[in-house]
Amino acid sequence: MTAPAIELKGISKAFGPVQANKDISIRVMPGTIHGIIGENGAGKSTLMSILYGFYKADSGEIYISGKKTAIPDSQAAIAAGIGMVFQHFKLVENFTVLENVILGAEDGARLGPSLSKARKELTQLAKEYELNVDPDALIENIGVGMQQRVEILKALYRQADILILDEPTGVLTPAEADHLFRILEGLKAQGKTIILITHKLREIMEVTDTVSVMRRGQMTATVKTSETSPQELAELMVGRKVLLRVDKKPAQPGNKVLEVENLEVVDEKGVKRLKGIDLNVRAGEILGIAGVAGNGQSELLEVLGGTQTATGTVRVNGQEIDLTGALSDARSRRARGIAHVPEDRQREGLIMDFKAWENVAFGYHHEEEFNAGLLMDQAAIKEDAVGKFKRFDVRPDNPMLEAKSFSGGNQQKIVLAREIERNPELLLIGQPTRGVDIGAIEFIHQRIVELRDAGKAILLVSVELEEILSLADRIAVIFDGQMMGERLPTETDEKELGLLMAGMTGQEREAS
Amino acid sequence: MDFLTLLQILDSSLRLATPLLFACLAGLFSERAGIFDIGLEGKMLAAAFLSAAIAAVYGSVWLGLFAGLMASLSLSALHGVASITFRGNQLISGVAINFLASGMTVLVAQSWFSQGGRTPPLQGSGRFQEITLPFADALSDVPIIGQFYAEVISGHSALVYIALLAVPLSWYVLFRTRFGLRLRAVGENPAAVDTAGVSVIALRFAAVGICGVLCGMGGVYLSTGLDAGFGREMTAGRGFIALAALIFAKWRPWHALYATLLFGFLQAIALRPDVIEALLGFKVQVQLLKALPYILTVVILAGFVGKAIPPRAGGEPYVKER
Repeated sequence: MTAPAIELKGISKAFGPVQANKDISIRVMPGTIHGIIGENGAGKSTLMSILYGFYKADSGEIYISGKKTAIPDSQAAIAAGIGMVFQHFKLVENFTVLENVILGAEDGARLGPSLSKARKELTQLAKEYELNVDPDALIENIGVGMQQRVEILKALYRQADILILDEPTGVLTPAEADHLFRILEGLKAQGKTIILITHKLREIMEVTDTVSVMRRGQMTATVKTSETSPQELAELMVGRKVLLRVDKKPAQPGNKVLEVENLEVVDEKGVKRLKGIDLNVRAGEILGIAGVAGNGQSELLEVLGGTQTATGTVRVNGQEIDLTGALSDARSRRARGIAHVPEDRQREGLIMDFKAWENVAFGYHHEEEFNAGLLMDQAAIKEDAVGKFKRFDVRPDNPMLEAKSFSGGNQQKIVLAREIERNPELLLIGQPTRGVDIGAIEFIHQRIVELRDAGKAILLVSVELEEILSLADRIAVIFDGQMMGERLPTETDEKELGLLMAGMTGQEREAS
Repeated sequence: MDFLTLLQILDSSLRLATPLLFACLAGLFSERAGIFDIGLEGKMLAAAFLSAAIAAVYGSVWLGLFAGLMASLSLSALHGVASITFRGNQLISGVAINFLASGMTVLVAQSWFSQGGRTPPLQGSGRFQEITLPFADALSDVPIIGQFYAEVISGHSALVYIALLAVPLSWYVLFRTRFGLRLRAVGENPAAVDTAGVSVIALRFAAVGICGVLCGMGGVYLSTGLDAGFGREMTAGRGFIALAALIFAKWRPWHALYATLLFGFLQAIALRPDVIEALLGFKVQVQLLKALPYILTVVILAGFVGKAIPPRAGGEPYVKER
């Protein structure tokens, strides 16, 4: 019997009182794709950081191809044949592909020979694995899919036999993700071992041979992919039954609450980020905006939320709103009944170093109920926060803590509680469940649907197609600052949306 | 203005540009590695003082040079420990170094020499001697080119030539060697270097060390080449002008040479108000002429030279993330 490519025995790691990994053992056989799945904070990243030499395990042993191996730093991990593709790429933006590939793996003090050797090898690898990239392109000028291929090339150039990919499809379109999976299949066929870390059940089912589930620092199960189901995996991850689909009644659309006509945004570099957007959202419905990050959906939210100027016409309940002048700020928007849950909750939604109760009042802090004469009425704000924490099930149930001490899901609940409880006419919500656990996702989705059923208009922006498909009543696809068309979730699928997100219209699709 | 006057002004431009060039290249190495250094001024000042003091006492400029480099390097080490090891704020560390150097040099100079914070004037082997390049005398009669060679290129101290050679050398090291690739990478995205299995800390200390050596040479040249002895605050903001030149040069060695030559030229014409008067036909206040390099500094820093993008990880201490 062949030795496992990687075997972990009893790995434990604690950060202070938090046990990130508890007695973890797994075996990954060579030439297989092994999935590791779990909620945020389940300990997946810690485990991989230990494998890549970022952390030292408190106890436990690592065996590579049957040999006990110590991995004190990344250098040792590379030497042991481990390559890692991080969720956030570790590339130097203004270097060429070639320079990034050889960085740290140069052959001598002079660059010339290393570069020409790497150029030859890259051509070879491109042929073998569908890893085509222009070696002389600057990283900042190529797309994320291409950048990810550079990361894989980096690992292969260092002779990696074991490739670890951390949430590799988060930034990819469905078509790019399919390309990635083809590459992984090709690598597997060459005998490479691949560990795929993800929270997307679909990917696990599609490409892995075996899958391990982590929950609260422990490995709860390792099963053959062919012998399990998404439902079973979800339950193993969360530890209870979960609804993977949102349970909702058909929408009862009313009047048009939001009407947008010919909206254009030019950024500070003079680049048009929105090129004439037309859309409308009715009361009692959710309009989902699907698209790959960076195609203008952020700008759309910013304009409507009042943090970005634009040209065009936007009407709320039939009345035009100011897009450039003194009344184009976020406070005026709130006064018009627009609430905004921003895409990046840590940078725009919350002030991480402030207390949770202070965060709960932000944006509405000038309102009478929170003020007593010249001073703020702290007691009233705190009382309000306690109520919101209860109703939104924020854990830990203590608004006196700083915002940064809550998990991603609970931070999102704090922002949601603040915005939804103001009973807005229109809720703008960006990436509502990015970095949020399955359990909390369920709760957040239910709250959004409740708001819809209360007759409010909701504009949902998400890069997660699954979320859009299950939550939205209508779906509009944005690409390169333009609307590619609208679909009903019942009459479309991920494939069609994926092509629209990549900017392909009907005719091109025939050709592709 | 006759040709000879022009040559004299160019000659003096080159001398005055030399300390700026050293400091500018010093800043270039440091900032390319992601460590902002506004302590160039303080390091130059410390090197200027200690080299002049040692050269005055022992009568050897080479001992002085060594002492100057040590002074600058120890301040570099301080900056490195504060901003790399302890991840402190690089600007505050730089400001502290400037204050430290400004106060300590005068204090120690007064206690050692009791000459009002100056060192005794340097003579003979206590200064860098001017080197006459080969054929300078023979060629000085050849019009234009020969005169230029003899008057402007020839006749400087060794440090001027070292500074000029440091330009192509810096370019080669930064853009054609493994060390340079890693150094530039660490200033752009240290995480990329770290995950490639290369030590971020070692690279940054190396860069700060190079910065210390170059800065030290600039300071030593001030007190033992350009001048003959140390005087209170003799750097006169050159460290900051060098930073402006660095932005002007957009962190590129050859452009650093051009930028510092421009500043050197402005300083040189401030020394010749008579020429300016003859050229313009009216008298320009000397104070205004002297302020020209500083005015240019403000203009550059205000962004009138186009977009200058500093190294992306500049000023940020590197913390490993999960």
